[in-house]
Amino acid sequence: MSTTTLPPAPKTEPVSKPKALISDRAKAERKLGWLLAGPALAVMLLVTAYPIAQAFYDSLFDYRLTDPDNRSFTGLSNYVVILTDQLWWTAIGVTALITVITVAVELVLGFALAMVMNKALRAIRPFLRAVILIPYAVITVVSAFAWQFAFDINTGFVNSWFAWIPGVGADTDWFGDTGTSLFVICLAEIWKTTPFISLLLLAGLAQVPEVLQEAAQVDGATWWQRMRRVTLPNMKAAIMVALLFRTLDAFRVFDSIFVMTAGANNTESVSFLAYRQTISRLEIGLGSAVSVLLFIVVVLIAFTFIKGFKVDLAQARGDS
Amino acid sequence: MSTKERSWWIVAGVAIALYALFPIAWIVSLSFKAPSDLANGSFLPSLFTTENYSLILDGAASDLFLPALRNSFGICLIATFISCVLSMFAAYAIARLDFPGKKFILGTALAVAIFPVISIVTPLFNLWRQIGLYDTWPGLIIPYLSLTLPLSIWTMSAFFREIPWEMEQAAQVDGATTWQAFRKVIVPLAAPGVFTTAIIAFFIAWNDFVYGISLTSTGASRPVPAALGLFSGASQFEDPTGAIAAAAVIVTIPVVVLVLVFQRRIVAGLTNGAVKG
Repeated sequence: MSTTTLPPAPKTEPVSKPKALISDRAKAERKLGWLLAGPALAVMLLVTAYPIAQAFYDSLFDYRLTDPDNRSFTGLSNYVVILTDQLWWTAIGVTALITVITVAVELVLGFALAMVMNKALRAIRPFLRAVILIPYAVITVVSAFAWQFAFDINTGFVNSWFAWIPGVGADTDWFGDTGTSLFVICLAEIWKTTPFISLLLLAGLAQVPEVLQEAAQVDGATWWQRMRRVTLPNMKAAIMVALLFRTLDAFRVFDSIFVMTAGANNTESVSFLAYRQTISRLEIGLGSAVSVLLFIVVVLIAFTFIKGFKVDLAQARGDS
Repeated sequence: MSTKERSWWIVAGVAIALYALFPIAWIVSLSFKAPSDLANGSFLPSLFTTENYSLILDGAASDLFLPALRNSFGICLIATFISCVLSMFAAYAIARLDFPGKKFILGTALAVAIFPVISIVTPLFNLWRQIGLYDTWPGLIIPYLSLTLPLSIWTMSAFFREIPWEMEQAAQVDGATTWQAFRKVIVPLAAPGVFTTAIIAFFIAWNDFVYGISLTSTGASRPVPAALGLFSGASQFEDPTGAIAAAAVIVTIPVVVLVLVFQRRIVAGLTNGAVKG
């Protein structure tokens, strides 16, 4: 084996090592790493670094687009205004509720779907995979319209189909009340995004070595034991990615609320609050502050997740 | 496989198909209802009519809808291609190479992925107007990369991480060149991840609503979701429900076709004996 094909030395501590001891090979690897990953990083920073900085900067001003000449620096007072306002806390509550309900239901449902697709008869497997991709591919706005029209007091069929359920009748106005509005919003979100989770989980399931499953079965492991000891540990990365992105995505819920209730009856999410401040009321300062606060909340969630799951996508080789 | 087991799978399959297709069937049914029929309270129209479709395809709403279709396809395909190429290189480096900064890259991707779209929009709105990108294709493709790139990098890194990279060295020991080892061993192993990621990236771009409605003003670049949003808003129709339903169906048809095409590739990729023991 020539030196160029040698596997890299097992985990050295490149940071704590004096520069002179870094081999040419490690140097070349570093260079290649930055060369490959650099463009993606540069693009990401370009599309977001400026807007992020600008949003934070704008949040420190009393700044309205309708009155741009009267822009004045007000420090953190936008944040004080928001954090002492009931609107913000309602929006946080609504967003958190939608996130917890949809992600919990989606994880269970998505895993069940992935299991069925993974084990299904060879003949119907392609059909199932195609069918499950459809809700995922349908635009959120379209899905929101479909569910809204289904529950709508005029155009809907739900009221006449489910009239046998106590409390549901021809004149049930699903969008006239916070609880029922949120119920329909959650339904639409769950329908639309469960396939995302189940596809990622299916990809993870497909990578669980068949040999291990068979060995466990031969050794007399029950279904539950195989699930806990073989399947789940082997697809931790897939579960992590699916869960993390769905949670963060759910926390930004916007489209469905925009279409279905436009924030009426206390169904406003944090994103919708920010949208209403910036785009509708043109209060750039306040809107940017809401956005920055939303970002901070979301970073906290992500941080908790990554620490909680202890999965490090970067520890890529030679371990586990 | 026993008959009982077989019928259980068929029941499960039918349940999944019902779950996935029911709302689609509903919006299709709705799109064939006449305005007088909309409030009939039943799932199916009592009288089939295609007047909603003529309204969208060559009636009053066609100049709102047709350009939007073209914009959505063009913008989303370009954004997907760019982000897939960029993230393929990045994910390979993250999964495979030892270099300081890969944590920083993943951290940046995460931060970009979770940054609320709405707060990127406002500053971009001002900048795009100043430099002339407002209401153009690049004006949407660039911010779409902020949606598609981070997820592509993370998903592909997770996939690449599961690949048994030793096989590349094994091939080289057996006399393959570096390029051959990459081409014959690594590419087939990595392809399922790349295809799955491409699909995810495309549909994320296709699904965007906030950028689409904020950074465009005419049919020159307005994508479908934003156009649909405007249907329901300041509309010249008495009741836009039928028109929205018809537009939703038309938008869903190409998506279903794409799903079928891509699905075959995923199945081929996943069953290609990729990573098994």
